[in-house]
Amino acid sequence: MKYLLQALRTYRREAVLSPLFKLFEVALELSVPLVVAAVIDVGIANGDREYVLHACLLLVAFGVAGLGFALTAQYFAAKAAVGTAASLRSKLFGKIQSFSFSQIDGIGTAKMITLMTSDVAQVQTGVNMALRLFLRSPFVVFGAMGLAFLVDVRAALVFVAVIPLLAVAVYTVMGVCIPLYQKMQGRLDRVYLSTRENLSGVRVIRAFSLEEKELEEFRTRSGALKKAQKGVGRISALTGPVTFVLVNLALIALLYVGAIRVDGGALEQGQIVALYGYLAQILVELIKLANLIVTVTKAVSCQKRIGKVLDMEGEPAVLSEEDGAEETPDPSEAVRFENVSFSYGGGANALTGIDFSVKKGETVGILGGTGAGKSTLVNLIPRFYRAAEGRVLVGGENVEKIPAGILREKIGYVPQKVVLFKGSIRSNLLWGNQNADDRALLRAAELAQASDVLRAKGGLDGEIAQEGKNLSGGQRQRLTIARALVKEPEILILDDCSSALDYATERNLFAALKTLSCTVFLVSQRVSSMRHADRIVVLDDGKAVGIGTHEELSKTCGVYREILSSQERREP
Amino acid sequence: MNRRKKRSAGAAGKGATMRGILRYLRPYLPYLVCTVLLAIVNVAGTLAVPYLAGRGIDCILGAGEVDFQALFRILIAIGGCTLAAAVSLYAMSLCNNRVAYHVLSDIRTDAFKKIGVLPLRFLDGRAYGETASVVITDAEQFSDGLLLGFSQLFTGAATILGVLVILFFMRWEIALIVVCVTPLSLFAAKFISSRTYKMFKEQSEVRAEQTALIDEMVGNLKTVKAFCHEDENMETFTKINDRLEKCSLRAVFFSSTTNPATRFINATVYALVALLGAFLAIATAGSAAPFTVGALTAVLNYSTQYTKPFNEITEVVAEFQNALACAARLFALIGEEEEPSDRELPALSEVSGEVGLEHVFFSYTPERKLIEDLCVTAPAGKRIAIVGPTGCGKTTLINLLMRFYDVDGGRVSVDGRDVREVTRRSLRENFGMVLQETWLKTATVRENLLMGNPEASEEEMIAAAKAAHAHNFIMRLEHGYDTVLGSEGALSQGQKQLLCIARVMLCRPPMLILDEATSNIDARTELKVQDAFRKLMEGRTCFIVAHRLSTIENADLILVMKDGKIVERGTHKELLAGRGFYFDLYNAQFAK
Repeated sequence: MKYLLQALRTYRREAVLSPLFKLFEVALELSVPLVVAAVIDVGIANGDREYVLHACLLLVAFGVAGLGFALTAQYFAAKAAVGTAASLRSKLFGKIQSFSFSQIDGIGTAKMITLMTSDVAQVQTGVNMALRLFLRSPFVVFGAMGLAFLVDVRAALVFVAVIPLLAVAVYTVMGVCIPLYQKMQGRLDRVYLSTRENLSGVRVIRAFSLEEKELEEFRTRSGALKKAQKGVGRISALTGPVTFVLVNLALIALLYVGAIRVDGGALEQGQIVALYGYLAQILVELIKLANLIVTVTKAVSCQKRIGKVLDMEGEPAVLSEEDGAEETPDPSEAVRFENVSFSYGGGANALTGIDFSVKKGETVGILGGTGAGKSTLVNLIPRFYRAAEGRVLVGGENVEKIPAGILREKIGYVPQKVVLFKGSIRSNLLWGNQNADDRALLRAAELAQASDVLRAKGGLDGEIAQEGKNLSGGQRQRLTIARALVKEPEILILDDCSSALDYATERNLFAALKTLSCTVFLVSQRVSSMRHADRIVVLDDGKAVGIGTHEELSKTCGVYREILSSQERREP
Repeated sequence: MNRRKKRSAGAAGKGATMRGILRYLRPYLPYLVCTVLLAIVNVAGTLAVPYLAGRGIDCILGAGEVDFQALFRILIAIGGCTLAAAVSLYAMSLCNNRVAYHVLSDIRTDAFKKIGVLPLRFLDGRAYGETASVVITDAEQFSDGLLLGFSQLFTGAATILGVLVILFFMRWEIALIVVCVTPLSLFAAKFISSRTYKMFKEQSEVRAEQTALIDEMVGNLKTVKAFCHEDENMETFTKINDRLEKCSLRAVFFSSTTNPATRFINATVYALVALLGAFLAIATAGSAAPFTVGALTAVLNYSTQYTKPFNEITEVVAEFQNALACAARLFALIGEEEEPSDRELPALSEVSGEVGLEHVFFSYTPERKLIEDLCVTAPAGKRIAIVGPTGCGKTTLINLLMRFYDVDGGRVSVDGRDVREVTRRSLRENFGMVLQETWLKTATVRENLLMGNPEASEEEMIAAAKAAHAHNFIMRLEHGYDTVLGSEGALSQGQKQLLCIARVMLCRPPMLILDEATSNIDARTELKVQDAFRKLMEGRTCFIVAHRLSTIENADLILVMKDGKIVERGTHKELLAGRGFYFDLYNAQFAK
């Protein structure tokens, strides 16, 4: 509730005024039975037509004033709800953007997106309804009870008896349903997962002729969902009948008690009508409330999910102030790994005892088997992940000490997974540097061997569809390289970026990269790419098993020789 | 003229949708009938209470003028009606839920089933998310709006009718007022909803814009962070968010004026009924058939009961529109043309593995020709490699071999039989496929490995995993073979690919398709897997697509493709000697 209230606080005025105006409206509505009682006990009893007319005009006036109050209340409620949702969305977006890579891995993209879209929307509806109706119901219920006391204390005791019963009934149903709704949501997620997977894996599923089996699984999941839905339905459907029974029992009691009171001369007939009117109002209100409970319950559980994410601590700009052993940095050194170990989420070590240093302007190849830790290694340089042991130094400084923004500004990173954004080629390249002019962009494209992509797509203004779907894999890859080069980075990380490029293009690319003065980390599985490196770090199972030039490694490193021979043995 | 045509087409579409809905409802007809009957009982019970209460009040005239005996009888009747109404209401909810959730499940299952039989051309043609949203969200809204709305609609209509009958029966003058004035609230509601329609449209447009941004930026958060683009994103986001806030406020507020407006009209009706009722009571006082205070109470109560369902019906109708639109999308998916049935066709059995492509023409879109007059013969047990630059049609060829797509012209044959003359299932079972894009299910490693051959023994599975060099890293996972693989997370691309290879190794089909099967695996591991591959490929017809030319040098035939055509063909040696396109590719790869 913390964040919801926090967001609501900005709309304190609206959140107070809306129920307040509702209160006015309710007060008018509650006065109606009193007027009707007067009509009966004074107007009809005395045959006073003028009195009746005036009383009825008063009812119309109540209606007009009620309309005004209601509109005001609706406006404030809408404003508070919409504003709260906007602020929650904004907060979530900011929080999500502040997460570290480990946190992103942990939460998962799909969940973050659902949170920002559907969960926030549910909260908005919930807040709006709560302000408009949720508070209205207690007003009506307790107001009606209060007025009943004004009419007759003895008869009003009926109200005192039935209202707690109603509260218990409504509250119990709500309490039982909330966890059931969550369970239901979980089952719906599984149905959704089946659907998505069958679409994304349609080729494999057909290749293995698994359609029937998948359908069977979907049936099971859909059946489980159905069962959960019916289970919740069975309980939440109780609200209506139970409140109806309770209110009508109260009616019976009221008529009985009223009859005795009237018989004894303590009450008049019209007052019984008024009391009955209050009971009817309570019933109408409770039915509305019952319908509302579902909405509000959903909103509450969505709000909880949002709260959980907002509760998480994002990644701070600086991880630590301390630097361990301080020494004067070597000005010619670009990056140094000092006995670095790392593991994902506390599992087996992905990197163990990595220790090497890279000079400015050097090109270092990172070579190794699948899962040897190549990507992990380079991900530690921009501090995407935090080393568990040891230190990573950039420019002689511990990366944990450098604010993330400044650190990452220095580093051009071309990820393994190609990502482009909807827009134009220019807007994508500008990601590297917002202030780059067209000349710089064109030069970067040229270096990245992407000039032909620009030619094919109509220059810098060429359109890029979402995820770059209108480009081939190779074209996308070259644009992401260009994007990193626009940064004019001190350190360039190419994480297996040439896998979608054909060999001729790759060769030209590396020739072009040679002309730059930046330090390059080159992750690849191809020994042929490694030839462009000044030195090669050979990784095997998270350990650096060899560091040196091609010639040195050919002599000393067994793993390197194995990789080499696996790729070179049939060279003509 | 044009407009009328459109409207009638729309009506026909609606008619088809309604027919579709009825088809799904038919199995639950008894429940629907029950719902209707129970609704009638409920309405009757509910409406009887105010009438009885009015009669009860008439028993309480004043001090010493209370007819207790009559009152008790009435109180018991109220109790009975209450019970009947409550029980029937609960039973109605249960029936209705049953229909709603069962139909939802049925319709979803049908839509899902469709995913399995639709041509890939259709599925590839639209975003997966879009299709998934039809199966999930549209189905949900359809069930919510149409089926749960149904009981509300019916109860509402029955209440209105019942109240009218009772009112006319009690006092026709008052009934007339109620009938004439109340529809005003319908007009008010309609007026407001037509005005707010545009606001809602604007809101959903801005929301779509924001969702797209969220999708893109949160989906690629790692890139965003690598480029420190958080602030720019926040700026864009805030701009859209502010706009959304503004137009949401308009839409939400103006649409919420419906209730106060109708409440106002109801209040007016109430005042009018009170006025007329009181005058009637005064005029008939002392006459043979007086309009009693109890009757006035009942009439006042009915006038509120009468207006309430009007409001509900207005809301339900709006939801109906939306639900119908959702149903239409669902039926469009369910009615989409399937791949022609092949149940009648013989199965492909005892395949030796000779594959032929004869004068094949194919393109994804008619405007862009892709494969033209392609002829290839792959003798049984031979290894055919396909190389060429990106976008040359290599993957398309595989789409045709697996019959994911059908040729536009010419034919693809296996053992001389046209692939269109055998069942798809039997064709695909004879192919083993490893693709560059690794797809694994959210299930355990074991389930993923046994996907192609559920009968394989534990030993066979482990042997295959070992051969694919996957056993070691599988054992390092938290629960070994029982680790559940998520869509994101623990495994690298290369490891996923090794699992896919192990998966195929368990099937041992007569023909293999390896589309960049080892692209994510480093050469050293590949070399180790190669042994297993070599064993796997022995005696099997293989189609190998690879960038890494070293993996295909031993192929019996290399096809060099460019722009959908085969520009060179031959063995590695022949092609090198030819000093053509292949020669260039090869040298680029190993240039010093």
